[in-house]
Amino acid sequence: MKRHAFVPIVAAVAALACIPLIVHSNVVLNFLVTTLLLTLAGQGWNVLGGYGGQYSFGHAAFFGTGAYATAILQLRYGLNAWPAFAAGIAAGAGVGAVIGALTFPSGLRGSYFALVTLAFAEVLRIVASVAPVTGAGTGLLIKLDLGAHALQFQSRAGFYWLILALVTGALVITRLIEQSRFGAWLVAVRENEDAARALGVDPTRVKLGAIIISAAMAAAAGCFYAQYFLFVDASIAYGPWISVEALLAPIIGGAGTVFGPLLGALMIKTLGEAAKLVTGDVPGLDLVLYGAVLILVVGLAPRGVAGIGARFRARLAPQKPREAA
Amino acid sequence: MPNHSKRFTRRKFLHSTALGAVAAASGTIAVPSILGAQGGTVRIGFLQPVSGALAYSGQQGRLGASIAVDEVNAAGGIKDVGKIEPLLGDAQSTPDGGNAEVEKMNSAGVCAIVGGYASNICLATSQTAARYDLPYIVDVGVTDAIVSRGLKNTFRFGPGFGVIAKTALANLVAINEKAGKPAKTVMIVHEDSAFGSGLAKLLNEQLPQQGFEVLETIPHPTPTRDFNNVVLKIKAANPDIVIPANYYNEYVLLARTMQQQQARPKAAIYSVLGGAASSYKFVKEFPQAAQYIMDCNHWFDPRNAKAQALKSKVEGQGQFFTYEVYLNYSATLLLVDAIERAKSSDRAKIIEALASSTFAGHIMPYGPTKFVNGQNQGAVPANTQVVGNEIQVILPEAFASAKPVYPMPRA
Amino acid sequence: MHLSILLPAIVNGVLNGALYALIALGLTLVYGVLHIINFAHGTLLTAALFAAFFMHQMLGLDPYLAVFILTPAFFVVGYALQRFIIGPASHGNDGNILLVTLGLAVIIENALLFAFRGDTRTIDVAYSFAVVPIAGMFISVPRLVGFGGAVAVALLLWWLLSLTDTGKAIRAVAKEKLGAELSGIDVAHIYAVTFGLGTACVAIAACLLIPTYYVNPHVGNAFVLIAFTTVVLGGMGSIPGALLGGLFVGLVESLCGLYLGESLGQIGIFLMFILVLLFHPNGLLGERA
Repeated sequence: MKRHAFVPIVAAVAALACIPLIVHSNVVLNFLVTTLLLTLAGQGWNVLGGYGGQYSFGHAAFFGTGAYATAILQLRYGLNAWPAFAAGIAAGAGVGAVIGALTFPSGLRGSYFALVTLAFAEVLRIVASVAPVTGAGTGLLIKLDLGAHALQFQSRAGFYWLILALVTGALVITRLIEQSRFGAWLVAVRENEDAARALGVDPTRVKLGAIIISAAMAAAAGCFYAQYFLFVDASIAYGPWISVEALLAPIIGGAGTVFGPLLGALMIKTLGEAAKLVTGDVPGLDLVLYGAVLILVVGLAPRGVAGIGARFRARLAPQKPREAA
Repeated sequence: MPNHSKRFTRRKFLHSTALGAVAAASGTIAVPSILGAQGGTVRIGFLQPVSGALAYSGQQGRLGASIAVDEVNAAGGIKDVGKIEPLLGDAQSTPDGGNAEVEKMNSAGVCAIVGGYASNICLATSQTAARYDLPYIVDVGVTDAIVSRGLKNTFRFGPGFGVIAKTALANLVAINEKAGKPAKTVMIVHEDSAFGSGLAKLLNEQLPQQGFEVLETIPHPTPTRDFNNVVLKIKAANPDIVIPANYYNEYVLLARTMQQQQARPKAAIYSVLGGAASSYKFVKEFPQAAQYIMDCNHWFDPRNAKAQALKSKVEGQGQFFTYEVYLNYSATLLLVDAIERAKSSDRAKIIEALASSTFAGHIMPYGPTKFVNGQNQGAVPANTQVVGNEIQVILPEAFASAKPVYPMPRA
Repeated sequence: MHLSILLPAIVNGVLNGALYALIALGLTLVYGVLHIINFAHGTLLTAALFAAFFMHQMLGLDPYLAVFILTPAFFVVGYALQRFIIGPASHGNDGNILLVTLGLAVIIENALLFAFRGDTRTIDVAYSFAVVPIAGMFISVPRLVGFGGAVAVALLLWWLLSLTDTGKAIRAVAKEKLGAELSGIDVAHIYAVTFGLGTACVAIAACLLIPTYYVNPHVGNAFVLIAFTTVVLGGMGSIPGALLGGLFVGLVESLCGLYLGESLGQIGIFLMFILVLLFHPNGLLGERA
């Protein structure tokens, strides 16, 4: 296990952790909290999609399960927020296991897999919008109860450190995957599933492991969302918006890299704010700008923001001397 | 369009928050006290979903608020306090979009926020505003949960759906009795999110108590692409009354499909918060499908001269006089009155002023305001009916402009 | 369920399905050849609906006539989008194509919002409410025309792909891009032609939809998921698959809506979709990947 591989994570987290001590603006803190929330969901997507090569269009299925589980356990069963949070993550991971167990053995890959995950998310959304347990159309409102015991914080900083802790966990897990044999198998499956099978890797088991981890991270993001906003309904929990954002961040930031989702989330959110700043309050114009810049970024940095870094490093690496012919 | 140079544009407002962030970052005082109102002006935040699925409603809401602001400023601003600097925010039709805007508005030193429109947005934004003891006036959002969380800062000027359902039912009973009780069976068609589901639940509880029989309750998603099957069920069940509760687009599709399939309930189409049933736009564009449709919905006070003046102004701008416009107009004037009575832009004083408000200068048929737990007690919906291409008020009788045509004539 | 409700519901389902098929035809063509999932498809439908609306509003042109102007116009738009934006920006990478079409979707929808506000617009033509009474049912005339249109377009596309040179080039590129390139086919041009055809299909769908539906910047979004579902169900890249898939999806939607209610009934489409994919991963008529 390469210890030094964790240094960048520690450094980044340490730097991020100091921010609430210096910056007191709740605008900035809220911005960072939502950015880290996106990072967490994106990191989940990244494990399955970036490292595993299995693009999912339905990560909302895991996010929403986490959010609803947390809310339902607190509201209907009076469970304390902390175990409810953990249970939410477990529930999300469970949904991941089920979806994986159903789809991977059938050999669904590529776009077919992506769209089937979308279908699962939609099924959950529709059920959630009519089932009494999820509050049907009305949704669920978690009681306002400020205090660490209820995982609700008076100051934004409390939420900030919570999501940062979760993101740290996700970063560490991702790095561990990268360094492990499991990670090597995962990448092998991504690059060439049949060749990997020929080498003795069991693609179904590997992908199943990946989707469970991926789902757990996305579910954690969902649990956090429920605690932060205190309101969950079917289109918030299982709507396409989170599925899209969860894949946008890692692809922009660099799929298959540890920091890709974080960089991507920062970029996306900053772009959104910058676009609003530039275009004033004319409806729609800021999003036109946002879309245009998105396309430009993809055009100029096809391997994502992290890819730019890789290109620089390659360029700066000492040239090997040519062998004499 | 309001004069751009007078408006505190988003650009300036966001610059100020960036400055605020820098100032706060240098470890000095908390942000809001640095950015207090500049001498002679008071900042108010106006939050609406002007992009995303709710864009039309958001734009109408913004229109109503903007006209109110312009009128107040044209008359010299708020007495003893100063002119209004409006900060316009886009909630982007999502709760987290709304949340981010509340943070920015708070940081920019607004003394209060008006708006939100959708129930789920209002729930999130009023809660965030509560953290800063920032007064928040809900313009439309009808979920009762909004005013039952014990938040001191949240005020709702209009009615919640508990009151709306009760009034709708009472009015239906009254209309039915007056006509000799021709109707007994009911079918409910509702959209399946917060407002439609909540309303349907209340109606299902209360209708049987009033002697009506609910044949079927049909939920549908927003958006729904096709209502043919729903109309088939209506035709098969042949209810006396159909009660739709949905948003504009679905209401129009439903009404058009009913017209096409010649599905006519025997007594009435009685909407409760029907998305288009009391909309001038709907009546103008689909006069035939709109004929005789009743609605129990937000409605302005037609006897009020200011209301008629506002109507002319809005229609003069080529827009339709929809409920978002006059609710936001009234809510803004309510806030202005509170600021005037508080004689300052201090948030706590404004909250006190709102809580004790007896404002009668609005254009809704509510009487003077009286807030209990943040809900305006006098807020009620009115019953309208489309008769001869006009939207007439049929109840309350105090300002009815026509008698109900009930049961509606055979086609 | 009484036959008097069941029969019209079946007919409705099939007629709605024809519309889904029409929208899916363009999508499946684009997928079959370019292997990209076009996220911008829904917003292109929205744009076409706006175009049809303004043709009627400003030129008084009936949508059934406007279709002859809008179809070539949107072909050009689609061609340009692929040739000059999507192709160059994505460098052929799947993930990037996704992002680029997503970015396009955001731009188109919000440009429409910016230009035309969020108002819902409708047109009223003489036949909007026309019905044909058949066997005690009132069948909507515009929907019947839509059905005919879907079949016609499917046949047209089939003819184009099988019997014209361009069509053969398209199929060559779809099957074996490198080989096609080596044979002298301009792949970038073929890609753009395909995308143009896909967009043209959407324009036809819009003209056939507008007499009974409405227009606002978000309206296309309601059809995206159903279009994707239809494409995958029928088999990605299969024209007859998209047609049959569309009709099937419409039928399932209608029957599930009848028995489970309009809200829960939507589940039928997606459950069927999942089941088909689990047991027949390439869809009903799809080729082996």
